[in-house]
Amino acid sequence: MGKAELPLHAPGTKVDRGYIGQSVPRPNAKRLLQGRGTYVDDLKLPRLAHVVFYRSPHAHAKIKRLEFSAALKLTGVIGVFSGKDVAEYCTPWVGVLAHLKGIKSPPQHAVAIDRACWQGEAVAAVVAETRARAEDALALIEVEWEELPAVIDMEDSLAGKKIIHNEFSDNICFRREHDTGGVDEAFAAADVVVEETFDFGRHTGVCLEMRSILADYNAAEHSLTVYHSTQAPHMMQDIFSRHLGIPEASVRVIARDVGGSFGIKVHVYPDEMATAALSVMLRRPVKFVADRLESFATDIHAREHKAKVRLACTKAGEILAFDLDDLTGIGPYSVYPRTSGIEGNQVVNLTGGPYKHQKYRAKLNVVFTNKNVTCQYRAVGHPIAVALTEGIVDKAAAKIGMDPAEFRRKNLIPDDAYPYTFPSGVKFEKLSHHKCLDLLLEKMQYEQIRLEQIQLRKKGIYRGIGLAAMIEVTNPSPAFYGVGGARISAQDGATLRLEPTGMVTVMCSVTEQGQGTEGIFAQIAASAVGVSLEKIKVITGDTGVTPYGGGTWASRGAGIGGEAVLLSGRALRANILEIASKILNVDKDTLDIESNTVVSKLTQEKKLLLEELGRVAYFRPDTLPMDFQAELTVTRHYTPRQYGFTFTNGIQASLVEVDTDTGFVKLLKHWCVEDSGTVINPMLVDEQLRGGVVQGIGAALFEECLYSPEGQLLNGNMADYLVPMSGEMPDIICAHVETPTMQSQLGAKGVGEAGTAGAPGAVMNAINDALAPLNARVTAMPFTPERILKALGRV
Amino acid sequence: MKAPAFAYAKPSSLAAAFDLLANPDAKALAGGQSLIPSLNMRLSSPELLVDITGLPGLAEIKVLDDVVRIGALVTHARLEQSPEIKKHVPLLAQAVPHVAHAAIRNRGTIGGSLALADPAAEYPACAVALDAVFIIKNKTAERRVKAEQFFKGLFETDLKPGELLIAVEFPIAAKSDRAVFLELTRRHGDYAIIGLAMHNERFVFLGAGDRPKLFLFQKDLQKAKEGLKAGLNPPADLYNSSATKRHLAGVLLERAWNTNTTSR
Ligand SMILES: Cc1cc2nc3c(=O)[nH]c(=O)nc-3n(C[C@H](O)[C@H](O)[C@H](O)COP(=O)(O)OP(=O)(O)OC[C@H]3O[C@@H](n4cnc5c(N)ncnc54)[C@H](O)[C@@H]3O)c2cc1C
Repeated sequence: MGKAELPLHAPGTKVDRGYIGQSVPRPNAKRLLQGRGTYVDDLKLPRLAHVVFYRSPHAHAKIKRLEFSAALKLTGVIGVFSGKDVAEYCTPWVGVLAHLKGIKSPPQHAVAIDRACWQGEAVAAVVAETRARAEDALALIEVEWEELPAVIDMEDSLAGKKIIHNEFSDNICFRREHDTGGVDEAFAAADVVVEETFDFGRHTGVCLEMRSILADYNAAEHSLTVYHSTQAPHMMQDIFSRHLGIPEASVRVIARDVGGSFGIKVHVYPDEMATAALSVMLRRPVKFVADRLESFATDIHAREHKAKVRLACTKAGEILAFDLDDLTGIGPYSVYPRTSGIEGNQVVNLTGGPYKHQKYRAKLNVVFTNKNVTCQYRAVGHPIAVALTEGIVDKAAAKIGMDPAEFRRKNLIPDDAYPYTFPSGVKFEKLSHHKCLDLLLEKMQYEQIRLEQIQLRKKGIYRGIGLAAMIEVTNPSPAFYGVGGARISAQDGATLRLEPTGMVTVMCSVTEQGQGTEGIFAQIAASAVGVSLEKIKVITGDTGVTPYGGGTWASRGAGIGGEAVLLSGRALRANILEIASKILNVDKDTLDIESNTVVSKLTQEKKLLLEELGRVAYFRPDTLPMDFQAELTVTRHYTPRQYGFTFTNGIQASLVEVDTDTGFVKLLKHWCVEDSGTVINPMLVDEQLRGGVVQGIGAALFEECLYSPEGQLLNGNMADYLVPMSGEMPDIICAHVETPTMQSQLGAKGVGEAGTAGAPGAVMNAINDALAPLNARVTAMPFTPERILKALGRV
Repeated sequence: MKAPAFAYAKPSSLAAAFDLLANPDAKALAGGQSLIPSLNMRLSSPELLVDITGLPGLAEIKVLDDVVRIGALVTHARLEQSPEIKKHVPLLAQAVPHVAHAAIRNRGTIGGSLALADPAAEYPACAVALDAVFIIKNKTAERRVKAEQFFKGLFETDLKPGELLIAVEFPIAAKSDRAVFLELTRRHGDYAIIGLAMHNERFVFLGAGDRPKLFLFQKDLQKAKEGLKAGLNPPADLYNSSATKRHLAGVLLERAWNTNTTSR
């Protein structure tokens, strides 16, 4: 095991010695690289049927007639079903939560019944012996449509001339206003006021493994086993149970290997619910694997905001107030059960977040449109809040002629100001903005690249440097979903079992999506119990096996799941020592566990191998005292409760070169300094940051779901929708400040979303810095060559 | 995204291939890098795929007196690695790394790319710039067609039903020849927004219309730019208007003009 080169863990962190802070390779990497992963599509059950969906070609249309007769005649077709047919087995849902006051959305069915509300919505299901045969049958389905007026543009939707859902009087899903008071006064008194409107394109998370589900209903037991590519097995267990009418404990959700998720796989998808319903209806296993075209048309999209922001400051560079007006379009339904109000809500919570101003006003409108639904995707709301905050901060700095790094130093919340309540109402336990800024400037040699920039401009080379300070929501408490009535667990659990040979099996409710969660659980468990890493076996992703919990989302796996593993590991260690004291007939306080062996605490003398202890406890308990029962399986849970969220902070920088003839942006380098508390595995943390940065760069430069004015998705394929590729990515330098959270023993905060949160803002500021001498500026993401050329007046 | 059912045959002689291709619903399959995706997306549904990769003699690069003859089944990867191509057809050598990604270059063929005639592809523009000659056969005869006559329109060529493209002949570059290949893509390996294959005074733009767009420009850059403005009317794509593409074509023209690369 290679020792990490980075600092192992922060002084004062209450963690066991051992593997915490080391870059140990994750145990599943080799298996996955050898092609021995088990994804849903790898599973084949006897009598397995395949379902495909007939999807609306229109953005908004009434289904006048469905004609299945030709499709039904095809050999190999098991059945063709309408929305009504499926609804007999699956009740509809409504994506609202009580704590988002006033949020509304109509009931949504697994397969649309009378009307399709976006291009791609399923209106019929074909079940056949093979996927290819089912696709053959799709071509034989006839649908008579009556097109309805479609609302595609967010602003049209807000204006409300055409209403999408007749049961409502407007197109507003959710609205929020926040005001500390004193904002108008602050703006009136300010020396400098800057204003900008930023546009954020709609994009999506492109998972290597597409959404997949295999539902296997067992009529004899009235039970359902679902193999699901999901982030949240217990949430889905609850949902299948309630909407299909099967007792909760008779639903088992198994998530084996998951090929990426990024928030895409934490929502209820109509086609997946339909697959489960069809399994119940047909009493046989049914599989649905979205193909890439369906993924683009139906996986949740995200972002699509238009945000106007104003900032007031003094001549000396002190920020006085922020004023925000955000509009976001979410498609025809608020997504169940997390709702599509959360992203906008986060933008309101987080805008201006790193800074110490006291006045803040925000207005949010979340509106329905006839496009695919949007919902929580990696870094929910953060990329918007960070980019518009940092974009307007740069504009203010430029206006008063202050260096952007200096301007930030002046305004970032001081490192000794915590605990701190931000004017949006969110509370910070302890952040380290100034330490991060200092470390960033040092790492990137800020002064030097500023000098280079000036030299190169003289030669007609336009480089830009962009900074983006950020705060991020991690380790959410029940305040995120639970208080709103969502049956989404904020607590997680871990069961540890000492096996007779001295191995330890870890079963945790947080899941593995390819990000290495199982690897860090192994590190924590090994450290807590006192065994070596190869003795640990981790099992996740099975509601029939692990404790109950929330799963993977909102950067919570390490901070919450990891803490549960730590607590459970400590309890197991105590139980082991208890048994050892009985076997050795000594006081347990004199004993410890070191390298798979019970040792004397004082002398480190080896006393008893754990495999010997296991043998006695399991096979010869007759040799133990009569009144003593060994407990070698323990379970512990953890819920963060002191704060709504365990906020983290960090800062990113981007160095770019803009080709002013072509509008192309070359990414030269990227830096990310992050404070995620205790770093459990530096290699995995850096890779989370880098992967996140790349997704953020995707938003800034490449990714956008383009819709025609009629609501047709124009680029729903891998050739036309541009995901960022390695060839265009810069080196990404990561560094860490470690401020462990004191809410847990482990001290870990989340890190999965930081990269995505900050990168778009950093890249935007870098481009605008490069363009500044040419009096050009871009504010609409993604920054395509054409948008840059237009800003430059070249086309 | 599963292909509709089709029959598959892999003949081992040209005669057998032509017999199979007599079926009007048959289609030749070379590297499959364009055809298979189109089947999976159900954009086409041939009855029979005639896999031509087993045909003898079509995967050779031969240096003849004045020309280099490249067999239709030569893959992009082989072109990329070929010292003969680098030496004798430098324009093509410059273009190959821009074709897709390594995995696709391992299977995709020059014949497939030319027969497909994607207006944004690299080889068609190179073939027109270099005045290449296409060797086409059917069951009974062989004919030779100049590149400019081969490309007829959007994905449209001079190939008739039952014919196969057998090889392409590129003239061997002279010492004094100037060859520059440039293209703009947002991600390496994508089809170009716009590209330029330049050979001496022949400037051929890709991604600029329904087929490679040839201009003859001499000496005066200013005149050339004006000629381009007047003569180029590229179709907009998802991310670029016609005006943007025309502007970018002008940038490439100027860059190629100012590049001092000679062929050898
Ligand atoms: C992700 C991706 C990116 C790509 N990017 C590029 C790019 O940047 N530039 C580029 O140029 N190409 C690109 N391609 C296409 C690639 O170069 C293909 O290999 C090529 O276009 C077709 O060659 P093939 O041998 O695969 O032909 P196939 O796919 O087998 O066939 C294509 C067509 O040509 C016909 N055909 C094939 N050989 C012959 C022949 N000898 N005679 C008559 N007809 C024939 C077939 O019947 C079919 O209609 C890309 C492909 C992919 C999948």
